[in-house]
Amino acid sequence: MVDLSVDLAGVPLPSPMMTASGCAANGREMHRFIDITELGAFVTKSVKAAPVSGRPTPRMAETDSGMLNSIGLQGPGVAAFVEEDLAWLHSIGARVVVSIAGGTASEFAAVARRVVRSPYASAVAAIEVNISCPNVANRGLVFACEPSGSHKVITLVREEVPRGIPILAKLSPDVTDITEIAAAVVKAGAHGLTMINTLLGVAIDPVRLRPHLAATTGGLSGPAVRPVAVRAIWQVSAAMREGRVPAVPIVGAGGVRTGADALELLAAGATAVQVGTAAFNDPTAPLRVGRELADALDALGVDRLADVVGIAHEGGLR
Amino acid sequence: MTPSHPLGTAAREGARVVQVDAEVIRSAPAGIYQHLTLVAPGIAELARPGQFVAAAIGDEHSSMLLRRSFSIHRVSPQGAYGGTVEIVVAAHGPGTEQLLALPTGARVNLIGPLGRPFPVPQEPVACVLVGGGYGSAPLFWLADVLRERGCHVEIVLGAASRDRLFGVLEGRRSADGVTITTDDGSEGSKGWVSDVLPELITRTGASVIYGCGPMGMLRSLHEAAQEHGIVAQVAVEEAMACGIGICMTCVMPVRDATGTTKMVRSCVEGPVFRGDRVRWDAFVDGRCLVPDDALGAPEAGAR
Repeated sequence: MVDLSVDLAGVPLPSPMMTASGCAANGREMHRFIDITELGAFVTKSVKAAPVSGRPTPRMAETDSGMLNSIGLQGPGVAAFVEEDLAWLHSIGARVVVSIAGGTASEFAAVARRVVRSPYASAVAAIEVNISCPNVANRGLVFACEPSGSHKVITLVREEVPRGIPILAKLSPDVTDITEIAAAVVKAGAHGLTMINTLLGVAIDPVRLRPHLAATTGGLSGPAVRPVAVRAIWQVSAAMREGRVPAVPIVGAGGVRTGADALELLAAGATAVQVGTAAFNDPTAPLRVGRELADALDALGVDRLADVVGIAHEGGLR
Repeated sequence: MTPSHPLGTAAREGARVVQVDAEVIRSAPAGIYQHLTLVAPGIAELARPGQFVAAAIGDEHSSMLLRRSFSIHRVSPQGAYGGTVEIVVAAHGPGTEQLLALPTGARVNLIGPLGRPFPVPQEPVACVLVGGGYGSAPLFWLADVLRERGCHVEIVLGAASRDRLFGVLEGRRSADGVTITTDDGSEGSKGWVSDVLPELITRTGASVIYGCGPMGMLRSLHEAAQEHGIVAQVAVEEAMACGIGICMTCVMPVRDATGTTKMVRSCVEGPVFRGDRVRWDAFVDGRCLVPDDALGAPEAGAR
């Protein structure tokens, strides 16, 4: 038996496997296919302070080994989220990473406050701060494109979240130097990093010759982006090893569909792995990938998952 | 080298939905469409007319990740091979082309039944069932269910041309009357389904219209129903990535019982909606806008 347990900034998880925010709704739908309490953690859809309708349709375009989406953070608002979704996740005993979003730094903080002060806070394994959603009306609102904006959001969220609940900052790969953003958010108090969010893209409808998405731009996800995720994890992990970024755990996300894919992210420096778009193809994927990962480690003669985290920086398996 | 794994399967207690590796046991052309019969244990036993299945394209290394959704044409819970599900596939692109070219014996990872079925009336009333193109696929099974309950059933099949009609013979077996319209007049009367509806509703005293097909046609059904003071139950064909309610791509604006418009997922809250709840005004030029009065809509000027 391979030991798959991980330590996520002080929170012990029995498995490295998580859903990815926005790719599993808030749990009930996926729970019809897999027992989501068996995941290391269930990651919720990013929630804002008030209800959000999201963007017009079409909101989705299939691309080679991936897809573009422009959902636009549709959600019920944090009050309904806490009472309906977090309450349910708490009732079934799921470990939950709550993804939060906001149009301003203080909105992020208000959402975090509502979550951690709720009666269901004991289910919250971590708060993931989505500062990198590309589907907002104003590109200037993608906080993760800029170090000072990122720093401010994390600073305000940090003031609201009690010790024992780690804060993960979710980063965008669409930046000149991701290590600069990583350094800013860790210095502001982030206990971990989730990498990567989607990449901004456009698809043209081949018949109408206009943007396929009603919102024009969307976030690219799926196996097509995996090398970008591995690159981002590699760069930040290397910067941590060189002391340019304070060392914190990395939660890898981006194009994971199989156990072999998950192993790539781990070897590049990720401590845990999220499965996102692959769940649209196969709702069992978040658990299936975990089983495949265990088999792959076993086949390599590795007893503990923790032994391969970042191993690619050390010359690989010997 | 990591061994290749197939996509997952699932059948959780109480879920009322399964994910199975279905086997194609028959594939036959039907006009320009392909009629597929699949052995899909668990789906046939649970399904009701109006529900759909979501099919994966290829295995875990397929470059096409998104599931293709098909309304269920018929089910046979006790076939010789186990429960079977029938679907009708039209060539829309590389994914559907791959499905309709599958030989018998091929495997398809299938999830179903999904979505809410057509509600059926308590009383044995007259019903008009309208299908546009292969949107007619679920209506014959629905007709059987309605006639078992004593309903008088009229089926209207409409399409651009004769080869795009689906189920003309089946309609004659399943319904008390069949009316056909084609845009070019190559079969039945020349024109649209909405041209024949008023007379049919009046003659049969229909209380309900059921419809499945393109959005423009469904809107015309709703309008005809409204003019006659009856209800249309329409099954929409919105683009979906997952079919199971996790991707939020298939949303459309629908009023709830209190009149509040929300962007709802057509896969879990639909695909069947009451025509008078749908915000038809939002569907413009192949897109669907978010009405300004929808819950959580961007404030004017902010979009």
